Amino acid sequence: MKSAVIVFPASNCDRDAATALEEMTGQKAAMVWHQDSELPEVDLVVLPGGFSYGDYLRCGAMANQSAVMKAVKAHAQRGGAVLGICNGFQVLTESGLLPGALMRNAGLKFVCKPVTLSVEETQSAFTRKYDKGQNVSFPVAHGEGNYYADDETLNRLEGEGRVMFRYRDNPNGSARDIAGILNEKRNVLGLMPHPERVVDPLTGGTDGRALFQSLIEALS
Amino acid sequence: MKARVFVTLKNGVLDPQGKAIGHALNGLGFGAVGEVRQGKVIDLDLAETDAAKAKLSLKEMCEKLLANTVIEKYEIEIR
Repeated sequence: MKSAVIVFPASNCDRDAATALEEMTGQKAAMVWHQDSELPEVDLVVLPGGFSYGDYLRCGAMANQSAVMKAVKAHAQRGGAVLGICNGFQVLTESGLLPGALMRNAGLKFVCKPVTLSVEETQSAFTRKYDKGQNVSFPVAHGEGNYYADDETLNRLEGEGRVMFRYRDNPNGSARDIAGILNEKRNVLGLMPHPERVVDPLTGGTDGRALFQSLIEALS
Repeated sequence: MKARVFVTLKNGVLDPQGKAIGHALNGLGFGAVGEVRQGKVIDLDLAETDAAKAKLSLKEMCEKLLANTVIEKYEIEIR
């Protein structure tokens, strides 16, 4: 599986993502600068965590205007897999690739801790190696992870099996405890918790490995 | 031409910052303060003399970047 990680100014989990991808796939991920207008030929594009463009205006709003996002949207349109983690999820909602928006945490505090999630759906390239209903522990680190969408959108997400992860103990006020969602074509996943930080037992756990194993199985 | 854009959260969208400001004001003794909603003001200088054209272009700016219409609404003021 070939992968690329997009690097925006003030991305700060881009190298974590690249390290996790290399560890899991045995291949180096291409690092793609936000001003590049083309992507290398890859199966997976990762939008990493961080504070792209200093979170100016709104989280993800400026990143969505960058040259590389046109290529990312075209990749998604072609059915290519896109994984947006944390700030990457915010960029995906700003871009319209995923519905809804991520707002200030209901408790107003930046939340930085491991959280327990339930894997809600396994019918996807991102979660097929998990068991349905399985609890996993991923870290979160965000101030604006409060998922919002209108009721109609939330009902549709649930009805179509597009809520992939839910918080067991909601840390940010997200609607219906949603931690991660899929697009309609099921090739774009956005989630606030960080699976790339839990691929090595020496640094916090291995619950994120199955997400990458799922992608490798689905895309290789 | 100068323009001012107000971006605020739509009604019904939870505004934790507004809530915190309200609590703080209550704490300062401003007991009459009820709900508080926080927003943004964006001032722009435009190289445009036609107010109608300016308004049209500002609307497009709001839709494309200045507001996230999933959660926010906007008002445009030509000054």
